[in-house]
Amino acid sequence: MDKKIFSAQVNMDDFIPATDSEKEYMVQMRPSSTFFKDSVKRLLKNKVATTCFFIILFITLAAIFVPMFWPYSYEQMLGMQPGKATDNSFKYLSPFEYSKTEQALIASGEKVVPHIFGTDNQGRDYFIRVVYGTRISLAVGFFASIIVLIIGMTIGSVAGYAGGRVDLIIMRIVDIIYSLPDMLMVILLSSVLKVVMEGALDGTALAKIGSNIISLFIVFGVLYWVSMARLIRGQILSLREQEYVLASQAAGAKGKWIIIKHLIPNCFSVIIISTALQIPSAIFTESYLSFLGLGVNAPMPSLGSLASDALNGVSSYPLGLVIPALVISLIVLSLNLFGDGLRDAFDPKLDT
Amino acid sequence: MNTKTLMYIVKRVLLAIVTIWVVITVTFFVMHAVPGGPFTGEKAVTKQVMAAMEAKYGLDKPLGTQYLTYLKDICLHFDFGPSLKQRGRNVNGIILDGMKTSAKLGILAAFIALIFGVVLGSFAALRRNKLVDRIIMVMTTAFVSMPSFIMGSFLLIIFSINLKMFPANGAARNGLFLPVVTLSLYPMAYITRLTRSSMLEVLGQDYIRTAKAKGVSGTKIIFGHALKNSLIPVITYFGPMLAGIVTGSLVVEQIFAVPGIGRAFVNSITGRDYPLVMGTTIVLAALIVIMNLIGDIMYKVVDPRITLE
Repeated sequence: MDKKIFSAQVNMDDFIPATDSEKEYMVQMRPSSTFFKDSVKRLLKNKVATTCFFIILFITLAAIFVPMFWPYSYEQMLGMQPGKATDNSFKYLSPFEYSKTEQALIASGEKVVPHIFGTDNQGRDYFIRVVYGTRISLAVGFFASIIVLIIGMTIGSVAGYAGGRVDLIIMRIVDIIYSLPDMLMVILLSSVLKVVMEGALDGTALAKIGSNIISLFIVFGVLYWVSMARLIRGQILSLREQEYVLASQAAGAKGKWIIIKHLIPNCFSVIIISTALQIPSAIFTESYLSFLGLGVNAPMPSLGSLASDALNGVSSYPLGLVIPALVISLIVLSLNLFGDGLRDAFDPKLDT
Repeated sequence: MNTKTLMYIVKRVLLAIVTIWVVITVTFFVMHAVPGGPFTGEKAVTKQVMAAMEAKYGLDKPLGTQYLTYLKDICLHFDFGPSLKQRGRNVNGIILDGMKTSAKLGILAAFIALIFGVVLGSFAALRRNKLVDRIIMVMTTAFVSMPSFIMGSFLLIIFSINLKMFPANGAARNGLFLPVVTLSLYPMAYITRLTRSSMLEVLGQDYIRTAKAKGVSGTKIIFGHALKNSLIPVITYFGPMLAGIVTGSLVVEQIFAVPGIGRAFVNSITGRDYPLVMGTTIVLAALIVIMNLIGDIMYKVVDPRITLE
């Protein structure tokens, strides 16, 4: 192109509208990442936490599905017909040992599912009892944490958002409950509730769960919500000064709406972290109570009651104590490490 | 000590007093809410005998009056009344008897936890990322995540049933050894981790570098500068540790049959000995609350920079 005097020297080709393929080349589309996705990504980078997550997942799935197809049940006493014992060799079997009846069956060509952990003093398959105990312990831990979460979240957010006198009264109550010696109160309340509930529960659908577990839930609901409430109140106190709350208030939103729609979702990371760390502590408390004989009702097993029962016959069958002990420790340890991982991932500001 | 700290201490003491009162009240009403009196389990007793028994223990009066009498007895005379199941003994005597054993158990456990914890923690920090440090950290992680009753059961199996080194009965000679070890393992592991992390932090401070540059010897740096400053978190853990030992002793005394106050508490619950339940609960709760109170105050006094809600 010749240079022309008085011209702007513009190449008109530069102004042709871009074709679609060119447009696609220019725009780098990346899926937008949310806070949640970011955090999960950070969590997956943490090898310890991921391993613990898979351990927990494995234990949980096993606890849910194994009892469905396992040929023995947790209360079935093998070698016992109603009323009389048919084969005493079922008691205290070592792992992978068979009783006389079963040996006869194997000899005749039938397949018998082995007793992986042996049997206990009443001829019950110990493996399924441990699996069932794990199921109970996990369920107690999970539901107790949910109860704590709901109560703590409600009271904490109301106290934090309302402020003033409401906050003052609630927080004094929280202070007192917080400084109560929890284990003593748990033992006391559950021992009393157990007696009170037994009569009230007869014939209802709840009777199957057992008075002890229900009283455990009640005790958790009464005593353990306070730290959750404190945490959430603290979060909400700082969040309610944010502009979006003001905007929502200006638009005429009521307190309930603001708490549910704006404040609680922003406390998400605190909530998820402390709930995750609540589960092992609940499992721990349950096993402690079961060990003292205040946990689940017999014949239903929990890991604590299995350990406690095994303590009596420990010299003849030490594995009976070792196995539930290991399972409890494994669950508590992996849940704690996973919870720590969650905290690191979901709360990047907290540099511990 | 400034007025703010003083105010804080006054507030904490008031809270502790209210807490103990709440414990007394809750325990009293909870125990009286149990259906069936304490004598229902006994062999068939006639109505007259029952009434006489109830009159003797003041159970026939209205609940409010009973409560006030009970509160007055505790506050003025420190009297928890007679035991219902152990005839001829009063709760005070049982608690005092149990307390002697339990105090020995708890104090020994606290000392062992403190000494071993600080030594192991400093050692791990000074040998950071070496094999010793790794071993100590793995061990302490295991101890921290293992409930005390499991720890106790294992020690019982290994040392008294299999090896027969120590008696399984806590009342026997050398019988307190295993319970003390069981009780001290958790706080020891916790103190080890605490000391290690705070020691590592202190070792990175400027004043340590200054001391090194001045030519101060290694031992002097560790004992004179590093250890002293890294003990602050350990001191603050002291209250919760003692409280934890009290709670832990409930189950440990049960496992090893130690005739202490924790065992009296658990047995009184299963035996429905109401005055004993109330007495032991209140004494143990008061102990825990006071330990935590001392811990919190120390927290504030040792390091005034710390602000508590």
